[in-house]
Amino acid sequence: MTAPATSRDEGQRLFAAFQAAGAVPVDTDILQPAELLLDLYGEDIRARAYVTQDPLRGELMLRPDFTVPVVQAHMKHGADPARYCYLGEVFRKQDHPETRASEYLQVGFELFDRTAPEQADAEVFALIHRLLAPLNLRAATGDIGILMAAVRGLSTTDARKAALLRHIWRPRRFRALLDRFAGRAPARPVQTLHPTDAPLIGLRTADEISSRIKALAEDAATPNLKAPEAAMLYDLLTLQAPAQSALTHLRGIQPLLPAIAPAVDRFESRLNALATHGIDTTSLPFEASHGRTSLEYYDGFVFSFHGPDHLPPVASGGRYDALTAVLGAGASIPAVGGVIRPALVAQLKAAKC
Amino acid sequence: MLKPPTLKLGVPSKGRLMEQTFDWFSARGVTMRQTGADREYAGSVDGVDGIALVLLSASEIPRELSLGRIHLGVTGSDLIRDKLADWPTHVAELAALGFGQADLILAVPAAWIDVDTLDDLDAAAAAFRATHGFRLRIATKYHRLVRDYLTQAGVADYQLIDSQGATEGTVKNLTAEAVADITSTGETLRANHLKVLQGVIHASQATLFRSLTAPMTGATRATLAALLDRLNLPPA
Repeated sequence: MTAPATSRDEGQRLFAAFQAAGAVPVDTDILQPAELLLDLYGEDIRARAYVTQDPLRGELMLRPDFTVPVVQAHMKHGADPARYCYLGEVFRKQDHPETRASEYLQVGFELFDRTAPEQADAEVFALIHRLLAPLNLRAATGDIGILMAAVRGLSTTDARKAALLRHIWRPRRFRALLDRFAGRAPARPVQTLHPTDAPLIGLRTADEISSRIKALAEDAATPNLKAPEAAMLYDLLTLQAPAQSALTHLRGIQPLLPAIAPAVDRFESRLNALATHGIDTTSLPFEASHGRTSLEYYDGFVFSFHGPDHLPPVASGGRYDALTAVLGAGASIPAVGGVIRPALVAQLKAAKC
Repeated sequence: MLKPPTLKLGVPSKGRLMEQTFDWFSARGVTMRQTGADREYAGSVDGVDGIALVLLSASEIPRELSLGRIHLGVTGSDLIRDKLADWPTHVAELAALGFGQADLILAVPAAWIDVDTLDDLDAAAAAFRATHGFRLRIATKYHRLVRDYLTQAGVADYQLIDSQGATEGTVKNLTAEAVADITSTGETLRANHLKVLQGVIHASQATLFRSLTAPMTGATRATLAALLDRLNLPPA
């Protein structure tokens, strides 16, 4: 158990370090509009948000993170490029009170920059890496963009690509879909569709039902994924290697799916940028599937820093370009950010003494 | 005179569930009865000394057990799993009682001939959200069980809508597209033009639970041992 003062002191220290790195301190309301924002988080955070009813403002929630409100504020009246930092509590319901706090401090850094996204990725990672260096944490990195590019590059129907992309963040269902599209698992039998005389009730219309039936028939008539493409996707899902070796491996499978080339180029230029920040990319762990079960708004570079296994990640972050498009009402800007949990930093420091 | 320390046993306070609970204990030599007027929620236990009967709403028994205000309680296994986060840290199952069986299931309009499985529901939810601009609504009072089940299956693009009663009517009333509810015969579902999706979220039955948080003394421990012995259950 860490004394709150220590966590806050640690938070202030990191907050000052983020400001020294050029970030403008920003604050967000603790009460956030639930209906507007809750949709942007994944299932996990949606289930964990403290939602309450306000007599005037409708459904409100205690902020479950800073990124979404910070992006929202930036898209309304932000400069370009911009660096922001923040320090404050976030709130998430927990099912296991012994292991995780339902209210804890986050100190974070967000970088909006459209000129050199890979430089920005490296800047955020290297900054957090440097601040946490004394703790000797285990870093983990990934790139959801490579997996997305691979799916988009498959030579199959748009419907199948959309189905896979929709489940990028749910690895089990993604895998089940891939097994089906690759012919490794049976498809849904269309002949079990029996007409019924039951009255149609509810909002879902007869048109919606018939268009799904049409989609099922089209899917049943769609040939399996080509074997080399399917093999490449399975390979990508399990790719886990030091970053430089992962790059070599990706360059090797690139001819099988040329569509991933731009994403692999970005990966390479990020590794070069990380190297200029003094990060050893020959030992930096990389996992193509890393970050797929965390926040659903990450869609590119993702990273985290881990202490002992029983603790949550000490820091985590990633790129979320699509989120800025959703919140920007037409406008968008590439953005990357990360958060540190000061309480865990304080706890690990205390354990070292 | 000091009141003897008692082992508190919570039992559903009305209806079939109360009668069947009384019958189950009575068949094992432990007689329970309501004392005083018919509507008074007090009772007594004969057959083992030192037990106080506490008559409670079945839905309150999980909370009373987790707070340690009763030592034992009879309630549906669905209510324990839904109302208590991380339930095995609060209560232990002593015996399934073999009555009060009901399945927690998902149901959709019978006219949805394209939806029979969770895969179908997930695909229909994606298309529904794209068409209507909001997530497909599932009405239920079993939020934890339903959410865990759907998360496990990787279903997305749905939202849970709270419904504490007459849940089967929500689809017709346009406040939900699907429901998750307890059913034993499926009669009410059919009458409301709904059909059950493949798979049971939880097969529930009345179960005797023991609180892991209620304070125990030497005397209550002895009473518990005597009761379990009388009920032919293994020692706790």
